[in-house]
Amino acid sequence: MAFDSFSEFLAMGGHAPYVWSAWGVTALLLLATVWHARAEQRQLIKGLKRRARRANSARGNAQ
Amino acid sequence: MWAFIHKLGSPKWFYGISAKLQPWFWAAAALLIVTGSLWGLAFAPADYQQGNSFRIIYVHVPAAFLAQSIFIAMAVSGLVFMVWKIKVADMAAAVMAPLGAAMTFVALFSGAVWGVPTWGTWWMWDARLTSMLILLFLYLGVIALRGAFTSRDSASRAASVLAMVGVINIPIIKYSVDWWYTLHQPASFTLTSRPAMPTEMWLPLVIMVLGFYCFFIALTLMRTRSEILRREANKHWVQELVAGQVVKVPAEEAR
Repeated sequence: MAFDSFSEFLAMGGHAPYVWSAWGVTALLLLATVWHARAEQRQLIKGLKRRARRANSARGNAQ
Repeated sequence: MWAFIHKLGSPKWFYGISAKLQPWFWAAAALLIVTGSLWGLAFAPADYQQGNSFRIIYVHVPAAFLAQSIFIAMAVSGLVFMVWKIKVADMAAAVMAPLGAAMTFVALFSGAVWGVPTWGTWWMWDARLTSMLILLFLYLGVIALRGAFTSRDSASRAASVLAMVGVINIPIIKYSVDWWYTLHQPASFTLTSRPAMPTEMWLPLVIMVLGFYCFFIALTLMRTRSEILRREANKHWVQELVAGQVVKVPAEEAR
């Protein structure tokens, strides 16, 4: 461990604003890309399923 | 060989194989990034000159590596698409661009923030920083170009050409620190010699770099699968795949 206490860890030897903003922006962007990819996938599959159901019921009505 | 390339190029085959590969890359990415972050932030010793601000290296370097590698991957995919007409290559190239732009931004931002306590300035128009800024504009250009065409094929070809031409910027970024006098230090890692840092400083960095690469692969697999569904929505195999999942839904819901 490079720090003696948690508050020292947070303070980063006076470099807290630099270290935490750089790490924070990185973490935020990585998480945002994952969130976006998941939302995109869900939305696509939902749309495809809706279309398939509509096709199914159309076929059902025709019979 | 040709059979393999064509199999690889089949969206249906890719959709199946990527589903199997994806979880491994996500797991590796999570494990490596969490380990590397804890190690780099809390356990690696402070730098004797820079103090704790050097811990920015653990996000700055992996992001800069990815920023450049993704552009190369995009250019190679563009070439594969142009020469062999393999559509999956173009889909992969399309979904890579936003992550590449994000990583370039992270490299620039973390570098600027790091520059304040270390160099006394957040920006300098030196060769390394300027060529990285150009990389960001190239990514944005590729993304904008894709959106600028109504025909998908024209968009794909234009984006491929821009990626293949723009890749010339990558060696410029790489060698900028050697060719010109820059504020940015030369590479910390080379394949031929041991890094000048102590092991407990560079090992977490290697872990972070590997973690970022796994993240890139996992995300690209995931988003290429979505792109396949988007572009192949009318194909028989996609409709069969979806139909197989819809049948289980009770008839009431289907109305």
